[in-house]
Amino acid sequence: MTADQYSSLCIGVTGLNANDNPGPGVAVIRALKAGLGNNIRIIGLSYESMEPGIYMHDLVDKTYQIPYPTAGTAALIERLAYIHEKEQLDLIIPNFDSELYNFIKISAQLLQMGIKTFLPSHEQLALREKINLNDFGRKHGFNIPDDYKLFTVDDLKKAAAGLNFPLVIKGKFYEAYVAYSLDQAIKAFHQLSAIWGHPVIAQQFIKGTEINIAALGDGNGTNVSIIPMRKLYITDKGKAWAGVTIEDPKLIDLANNFAKATNWRGGYELEIMRDADDNLFILEINPRFPAWIYLTAAAGQNQPEALVKMAFGEKLEPYTEYQVGKLFIRYSWDHVVDIADFQQISALGEL
Amino acid sequence: MKIKKNIATSENGFIFNPATGDSFSGNAIASAILLAMKNGDTEDQIKQSILDKYEVTPEQLNRDWDDWILQLKEANLLEF
Repeated sequence: MTADQYSSLCIGVTGLNANDNPGPGVAVIRALKAGLGNNIRIIGLSYESMEPGIYMHDLVDKTYQIPYPTAGTAALIERLAYIHEKEQLDLIIPNFDSELYNFIKISAQLLQMGIKTFLPSHEQLALREKINLNDFGRKHGFNIPDDYKLFTVDDLKKAAAGLNFPLVIKGKFYEAYVAYSLDQAIKAFHQLSAIWGHPVIAQQFIKGTEINIAALGDGNGTNVSIIPMRKLYITDKGKAWAGVTIEDPKLIDLANNFAKATNWRGGYELEIMRDADDNLFILEINPRFPAWIYLTAAAGQNQPEALVKMAFGEKLEPYTEYQVGKLFIRYSWDHVVDIADFQQISALGEL
Repeated sequence: MKIKKNIATSENGFIFNPATGDSFSGNAIASAILLAMKNGDTEDQIKQSILDKYEVTPEQLNRDWDDWILQLKEANLLEF
């Protein structure tokens, strides 16, 4: 495909929830427009009517609601077929952990329809799940905090005896709380099990500096891009509200070792804690681009743009340089739209 | 004592460690000393330069120097 052909692509993007616990969609779109130009057509794929990206018409040309992952793949493919008929999608970039299983499952069908994706396999997706992370680390020599899988409050008491306080109580898919007492841990356990089901995970608390790495694997054991970022301002939900690109060969080696161990295909994020002795612990591995992905473009390695090219079969040489000391600061903005927009997406599922 | 090669400093005293993302604000003299250390000036050369420019006794300067080096160590800015 020529550079000019990329400039007229129609790309579906999920994760338009640019809120205080942001999905990556809006940042992905921003990076795509920075890399491929403003002539690309962006189709937002939303789950809820209040996802801010739906209303950002300078970034998103049209949005369609799609069924929740629990509705299954048949409902998803049916909806995407309808959208494809209207929009002639070239590519879809899913940005939520919880939807990836379904998108991977239908990726062959999508390809038959003419819609490309660039996703990990189900096996790759499973190995980094919270409940499997410790086994994965042990097998491949990564530092992972100790953890316990919790099904009952008794399990939690055993975990507390083994890990001591503070410890981190994590939902199966999302959310985590630092608990400083058994009471706090029990409250978090009940809260997270009600939302995300079992098991809940109790993880050893590691004190240190929080670093995230955004990377893009080619599916053959190589990263095309790696950008490490030190969190400078962290919200009460643990999200980076500000961060800066940093340079440390140990972080690059860590991401390269991960790609080699997994042959990861697609974007991913390593959430790292560096302790006082300079040990790097992997706290989580997210199987998609992070919400701060635009920083990769700003630092000179536009990962969403690279993913598009790889999805079209282009062989990219791994990036070797990026700007260190590039800082992002997120901000909130009251975007004003007419109620008619809200009405249309709510009633018709399209805007 | 050598300052890490990749430490970025600016004239207004801002110090950035690109390996960790840590940043610090120093005053003008901190900035000048860091620049001299980055340029490879020896401890004696830097101290003499300060004695030439400022009204400070060698004893006081030595005490301040020890404190300065301690701060640089704590900030992880020194090569070992």
